Amino acid sequence: MEIDPFIFRLSIFILSIFIGYYVVWSVTPSLHTPLMSVTNAISSVIIVGAIIAGLAGNSDSIFNISSIFGFLAISLAAINIFGGFLVTQRMLAMYKKKKKNK
Amino acid sequence: MLSANLSAIFYLTSGILFILALRGLSSPETSRQGNFFGILGMIIAITVTFLSIGNFSTGFVVVVIFLLIGGLIGAFIAYKIPMTAMPELVAGFHSLVGLAAVFVAIAAFLNPEAFNLGSPGNIKLGSLIEMSIGAVVGAITFSGSIIAFLKLQGIMSGSPITFKGQHPLNALILISIIVLTYLLCSTQSSNLFWILLAVSFLIGFLLIIPIGGADMPVVISMLNSYSGWAAAGIGFTLENTALIITGALVGSSGAILSYIMCKGMNRSFFNVILGGFGATEQSSTSQNKEQRPVKSGNADDAAFLMKNASSVIIVPGYGMAVAQAQHALREMVDTLKKNDIKVSYAIHPVAGRMPGHMNVLLAEANVPYDEVFELEEINNDFANADVAFVIGANDVTNPAAKTDPQSPIYGMPVLDVEKCKSVLFVKRSLSPGYAGIDNDLFYKENTLMLFADAKKMTEDITKNL
Repeated sequence: MEIDPFIFRLSIFILSIFIGYYVVWSVTPSLHTPLMSVTNAISSVIIVGAIIAGLAGNSDSIFNISSIFGFLAISLAAINIFGGFLVTQRMLAMYKKKKKNK
Repeated sequence: MLSANLSAIFYLTSGILFILALRGLSSPETSRQGNFFGILGMIIAITVTFLSIGNFSTGFVVVVIFLLIGGLIGAFIAYKIPMTAMPELVAGFHSLVGLAAVFVAIAAFLNPEAFNLGSPGNIKLGSLIEMSIGAVVGAITFSGSIIAFLKLQGIMSGSPITFKGQHPLNALILISIIVLTYLLCSTQSSNLFWILLAVSFLIGFLLIIPIGGADMPVVISMLNSYSGWAAAGIGFTLENTALIITGALVGSSGAILSYIMCKGMNRSFFNVILGGFGATEQSSTSQNKEQRPVKSGNADDAAFLMKNASSVIIVPGYGMAVAQAQHALREMVDTLKKNDIKVSYAIHPVAGRMPGHMNVLLAEANVPYDEVFELEEINNDFANADVAFVIGANDVTNPAAKTDPQSPIYGMPVLDVEKCKSVLFVKRSLSPGYAGIDNDLFYKENTLMLFADAKKMTEDITKNL
């Protein structure tokens, strides 16, 4: 019998949870705030679904209800992507080591 | 047009880059590179999506326009936001992820053909279940984060809102969500889909209102986790590896952070989630509050004590964030260092309103991160230090957590501030902290209370040094 593709996706999902578990435990506590902002940014990869929805309309009508929801989701996710990565960048740039001459 | 197999490999690549992005955060040196990997992963995912659809007509232009609108808003917020507002920002961002997940689920429900999920009214059962899960969790994330945002922003009172029958009501709604999902899957009725969404928004709202302000570190971490599970649910619907991997990463990340935060307060996850902490305690303690003498001092006394010390440990808390005292504090420390006084910072895991909140603020004030220590690293040093300077923290220093089994915070790990030769406690008044309990530290022989605004007091001390 053939294995349902769903099982493969489920395997990826479960293995990723384990990867997440070990990777996140190794994050230093002082970087927990950047961790939250960067996870925020990457979870906005949901924009992929939004783009598919947005481009689904046929050439006669770009704006049907479904694609409008797609467009809105694109903007929401984009706020997160840009905002999340940039604010993480800003935070990480502040973490400096002790200067030698002090 | 990109073949399905090739795009799947690219999505896998972007998933791996996201793993590396989190991996980078294991130390500040590698973190910036990690963030770059994250950005790269996102660019790959978005580009591949465009290429695999291969439709560069007017729709494409509209998509790019919406993308840029969102991007500009996001970039603007990222540059403007003060570091003290980071908890609100993160809560706000979570709500957007949640809402985006809901919108994508709605779009997929209304136009399943675009996603190869069947036709309207005849969506594949598996996809419909996955879609519902994504939509429900997304909706809970959205409304929950909005409440968290309002509480953190101070628009809504940080005190817990409780009412009779709250828990049975929530349980009832959760059961109804399961029933509705079942009915939705068997009937494919769009009305049920809308009801399901409405009920999910409602439960997100109800779940967060009973949770008090100082439990926000747990709430934010939990919502972080939810936003991940929502993304994973949508990932299953879209059969997209990048989304599934990311959802799992973010989901487990948020769950671990919630666990760390709960442990920092010695409370079970359910205890926090059920809420109401701090509201019930207050009444019992206000009765047995007798007047006890405290020693209070001014900036001059504090400066004198610190000048004669050889080592000082600074314990920052939420009060420092409120007073925006981090820069003034660092100036004070610079002056101390010029006098050859050893200074380090001690951070309790739940200090502030989100995980790592204090560390970011200190980093903003140019405090080198190798002077900042976590509770386990520094707790033994208090016994050898001359002065502990507590600025805006309270409950996390309360020795009652170690000595008084009756105390609501008994068993919570605390910083052993009282072991220092002398303790300087910057506080506005003697009022109890968030847990609603008195801090014995105020009345100790070797404690000097400095009643003032944290920022002003710190500046005054610097002048007197």
